[in-house]
Amino acid sequence: MPSFVITEKCDGCKGQDKTACMYICPHDLMFLDKERMKAYNQEPEQCWECYNCVKICPQQAIEVRAYADFAPLGASVIPMRGTDSIMWTIKFRNGSLKRFKFPIRLIPEGTVDPYAGKPEPNYDELKKPGFFTLSI
Amino acid sequence: MEKPVNEFRFVEKPEVVEVDCDLLLMGGGMSACGAAFEACRWATPKGLKVVMVDKAAAERSGAVAQGLSAINTYMGENDPEDYVRMVRADLMGIIREDLVLDLGRHVDDTVHLFEEWGLPIWKKDEEGHSLDGHQARDAGKPMLKDGGVPVRSGKWQIMINGESYKAIVAEVAKKALEINREATGMEQNLYERTFCTRLLMDANEPNRIAGAIGFSVRENKVFVFRASTVLNASGGAVNVFRPRSVGEGMGRAWFPVWNSGSGYAMGAQAGAEMTLMENRFVPMRFKDGYGPVGAWFLFFKAQATNALGEDYCAKHADSIHEQFAPYDEPMGTALRNHAALIEMQAGNGPIIMHTDKAMAKLAETMDEKQLKHLEAEAWEDFLDMTIAQAGLWAAQDVEPDKVPSELMPSEPYLLGSHAGCAGFWVSGPGDIAGAPEEWSWGYNRMSTVNGLFMSGDVVGASGHKFSSGSHAEGRIAGKNMVAWCLDHADHKPAISESIDELVAEIYMPMELYGKYVAYTTAPDVVDVNPHYIRPRMLQFRLMKIMDEYVGGVSTYYTTSKTLLEEGLKKLEGLKEDAAYLAAANLHELLRCWENWHRIWAAETHARHILFREESRYPGYYYRGDFPGINDAEWKCFTNSRWTPESGWELKKVPHVELVTSSVPA
Repeated sequence: MPSFVITEKCDGCKGQDKTACMYICPHDLMFLDKERMKAYNQEPEQCWECYNCVKICPQQAIEVRAYADFAPLGASVIPMRGTDSIMWTIKFRNGSLKRFKFPIRLIPEGTVDPYAGKPEPNYDELKKPGFFTLSI
Repeated sequence: MEKPVNEFRFVEKPEVVEVDCDLLLMGGGMSACGAAFEACRWATPKGLKVVMVDKAAAERSGAVAQGLSAINTYMGENDPEDYVRMVRADLMGIIREDLVLDLGRHVDDTVHLFEEWGLPIWKKDEEGHSLDGHQARDAGKPMLKDGGVPVRSGKWQIMINGESYKAIVAEVAKKALEINREATGMEQNLYERTFCTRLLMDANEPNRIAGAIGFSVRENKVFVFRASTVLNASGGAVNVFRPRSVGEGMGRAWFPVWNSGSGYAMGAQAGAEMTLMENRFVPMRFKDGYGPVGAWFLFFKAQATNALGEDYCAKHADSIHEQFAPYDEPMGTALRNHAALIEMQAGNGPIIMHTDKAMAKLAETMDEKQLKHLEAEAWEDFLDMTIAQAGLWAAQDVEPDKVPSELMPSEPYLLGSHAGCAGFWVSGPGDIAGAPEEWSWGYNRMSTVNGLFMSGDVVGASGHKFSSGSHAEGRIAGKNMVAWCLDHADHKPAISESIDELVAEIYMPMELYGKYVAYTTAPDVVDVNPHYIRPRMLQFRLMKIMDEYVGGVSTYYTTSKTLLEEGLKKLEGLKEDAAYLAAANLHELLRCWENWHRIWAAETHARHILFREESRYPGYYYRGDFPGINDAEWKCFTNSRWTPESGWELKKVPHVELVTSSVPA
């Protein structure tokens, strides 16, 4: 299911130098057409359907349509990613729905101090096995 | 054809930015993030500068970009020696046991950090039922390091709520880099959307790394990184073989489609020795969506059969034992594929995973609430790591508790972190009893090129690291890179090549496009032009060669000396034509260089399969002319090295078993 952008919803991230989807796509697929101020997936056959563009879009303008070379039309999988959990709505081709909510993190984004409370590096151990946090 | 020259007449010359640092981390995935976290801690007090360069955004780059539903390598109560036995058995007997044991003794520390950083890990309650990460926290369950009991989906795997796994790991790596940047006074030390094309060698000392060159995929800039030591953490190789889906579904590879073999190519071009590049991974997954089956097999105890309902592994156990003993005890991933392939070729497909029966059986001992929880767990397995499979099931109206699903072995992938072991020959830890001295030349995870380290997918003969092991291996490499820098404090890296020529080489495809695009009438989307080849068609040509000559899906993974020799000739021709790659923009320039890397990764794979005159990995590939496993001749490493002077040279390297063969209790 390559991602696609809904014309009506996309605002091109209001003219920032890059859009959220361009920032996040691991495969450099999302492209902003600056004349229309609309983003699009420039290479759908290279899309892994990782959903990172879908999850990050501030306008919820991006969805995914199943890979047409093997998937029937009519279904959708829509995430709503919050600060500590993600909600999924799966719509089957026959119209039935499933909803799930899963945790995504235990502490708020941006609050980890990588080395707080951790040992200082001991350079006598530098060439031995182990880490600065682990003596072997 | 006339050899093209880039005179920058049809494309603007990019700005060249020179960056000096001590440690250069090439990649942004799990192992590069591990390297950043560990290396910055040791490097910062010594004033050493650490720079990371990532072709994407570290928050969502690498193989874990989408998320994962499990951490596949966590020792916990297990003995790392048993881990070595498992890896050895699954990789048909030949692994670097010093590297694997080293990984096993380090990996749990990294998993404990993930939990501290906020990764939700499932725990067991008093009745043995599973609690997700939030429920476990709210119930006051202790963390793993304090005795919390994880939910094991197999001996080595623990279940997580891993949608944000990579974001969590990258956040810490980026903070570590920021601490280093502030302390050492660098303007910038994280270069995202920057694609490295080549490693650069030192001008004054042979076989020594001096840095790397790459370009921005966002602006007209080329970066020259000079460093005392470089980490190659650039991932495996996907879509070097023609995939089963060649329309939109080409992107739906099992392993991430952005793994372009860059690590293999750049390391090989620098002359680093490779090992077991004949190894590949062909995962048996849910058909077309390639959704994970591990939890279904291990956690839900689902059975896979042929279309007649026969357990194909049991059906062929005797003949496999006759042909491949002792490698059938236990029957690893390759041989299970082999059994399925026999059935597929006999027309007994499709291969079926009985999700419905598995869930019905579990329902016998569970109430409605627990069942609903179980169903959610089954869907989460997909939604955390292969959302496309949930979408495909929804499109096909498949509810896994009601109907079974088809399985299919994928196209081949090259990787060294999952159930594969293709990669570089690296120095071991040096303190593992029985390991030959020549396996350690001083710095753990350094390649045979001085100062060039490896981690994650590109480390050879050490598979089954997965996400946690890759992070731990990055940390091992990062720490040893600091040791390298301190030992070589007086060295000043100098680039041996002309920067102007390197920049012209990188931008050649844009010059060629600009020069000839107007030659034909065709608009861009149907571009046919005798003066150049666009990267998309180059990739199709590569995938076709690999599929037909090097044992892809169209030959049921079978090849031979004659086929390989023909394929290698065609690859040579493809390499010549790569000089005529054309790019309309920076995005396409990225694709040109990725596919150049794919060709090199593909060639190493073909040359190694040709060298190894046996079928070491039945189920992954077959030498039709050498159908069996030949331990007397080939229970050894196969190592290769490329140099501009001599081309490819391959040799056997003796295999040594370090951990006794006794079956774990």
